Amino acid sequence: MEFLANLINGMSLGSVYAIIALGYTMVYGIAKMLNFAHGDVIMVGAYICFCAVSYLGLPAIAGVALSVVGCTVLGIVVERLAYKPLRNAPSLNVLITAIGVSYFLQNAALLIMGSDPKSFSSVISLPALRLFDGALTISATAVLTILACVAIMVALTMFTGKTKMGKAMRACSEDRDAAQLMGINVNSTISMVFAIGSGLAAIAGVLMCLAYPTIMPTTGSMPGIKAFTAAVLGGIGSIPGAALGGILLGVIEIFARAYISTQLADAVVFGVLIVILLIRPAGLLGKPVHEKV
Amino acid sequence: MLSVSNINVWYGAIHAIKDISFEVNDGEVVALIGANGAGKSTSLKTLSGLLRTRTGSIEFMGEDITHMPAEKIVEHGLVHVPEGRRIFQQMTVEENLDMGAYTQPRDTIAGNLERVYAHFPRLKERRRQVAGTLSGGEQQMLAMGRGLMANPKLLMLDEPSMGLAPILVEQIFEIIQALHEAGTTILLVEQNAQAALSIANRGYVMETGRITLTGTGQELLHNDDVRKAYLGG
Repeated sequence: MEFLANLINGMSLGSVYAIIALGYTMVYGIAKMLNFAHGDVIMVGAYICFCAVSYLGLPAIAGVALSVVGCTVLGIVVERLAYKPLRNAPSLNVLITAIGVSYFLQNAALLIMGSDPKSFSSVISLPALRLFDGALTISATAVLTILACVAIMVALTMFTGKTKMGKAMRACSEDRDAAQLMGINVNSTISMVFAIGSGLAAIAGVLMCLAYPTIMPTTGSMPGIKAFTAAVLGGIGSIPGAALGGILLGVIEIFARAYISTQLADAVVFGVLIVILLIRPAGLLGKPVHEKV
Repeated sequence: MLSVSNINVWYGAIHAIKDISFEVNDGEVVALIGANGAGKSTSLKTLSGLLRTRTGSIEFMGEDITHMPAEKIVEHGLVHVPEGRRIFQQMTVEENLDMGAYTQPRDTIAGNLERVYAHFPRLKERRRQVAGTLSGGEQQMLAMGRGLMANPKLLMLDEPSMGLAPILVEQIFEIIQALHEAGTTILLVEQNAQAALSIANRGYVMETGRITLTGTGQELLHNDDVRKAYLGG
């Protein structure tokens, strides 16, 4: 039973990583850049939800909606102001800019919200579920998180597979110039991907704070890096890869914490990444790059 | 239909196109021939809006498209099938064709698809196949079919015969002729000067960023300089 409980917790944590990793992987796929500010969007999302509920007195669901809208707008604005002018710049410049945006968001949060941790548990609290006559206790949050991740995956798969915009997005990811020759507006497609990724980050932020209920300006960094790891593990650029990598990473982390050592959990997580990348440099579901002439 | 006057294009520090002017009239096949690096592909990229000229102007169907974004130029019916095919390898054949029709109204797509399949029956057989698994010749057909899906008034083909076996080259040129007979105006960039000039109404010869010679297809085919430089004596 303890194993099962750990597995569910791992999948729940992994679902959060997966939702964040989707943002990394989609942005990388289309803009060929690592958006290291993505983790901080999570933090902004959590703060927006927190403020909406505790200061404005809105119901939790409205807080979540507001947070998604706020982060979507933030994603579009950041892309337009910080990354778009660098569209044809060397990738190192873009990377440094992304790190700059990350610090900017963290410090803006520090300025506005202060450095003291805010307790998110006052915002939304869900009951624990007792199964098998109390032998297995899982939190409703864990179940909700896993369900949210599944729903997002299904929706994204439909979007990229069936809709015109989704297909245009895949076309841009594969070959930006060729996509332009089809009449696809690459700039607005990239904008849309940033919007989707940031909206998802907001959801991830709220879900994460349900499980780990304190928010600080640096709340987003560690999950951001873990989710980036998850995206690389699954094969960066691949949407199913991000989901697989995220869930795998969450399960490994929780198991390492339960059965090996709480302190070494992160070391185990990143160790697994190193081993997998040695064996499959393109990640689990990533396609090795080769060009047909 | 298309009139290019005095364009100059730089690739970073390289002056790739030096003050060239040319035109394509309605219903023509015009060949742009020349060696590697002469600036043929650069010219097409400039026409389709992927690159920008610093001077001069490009006019298409009476409209100035010099500064128009690439995605708008496609809408106007100037369609570019790029060098190296550049199909979407991870999408299926039909998804590729769908992307070609991105600018087209929904109700015309099915009809266009039938037209493309009539020119390229192989694509219909393989419509559910992932494009990256097609042979080189099939990929070229897909690239051309994808271009046709945009309902081109002027179709620009960049090296359609590149890397193909002789029998396929012949087939591709037959298809280009069929497209022409069906009413599509074509601007053809080729290193295979023989094949290109024999189906072209007119041709331009490019050398290191300049147009050095122009004439009808037959004139150029029998021109001594052209024969020496591009047709093996």
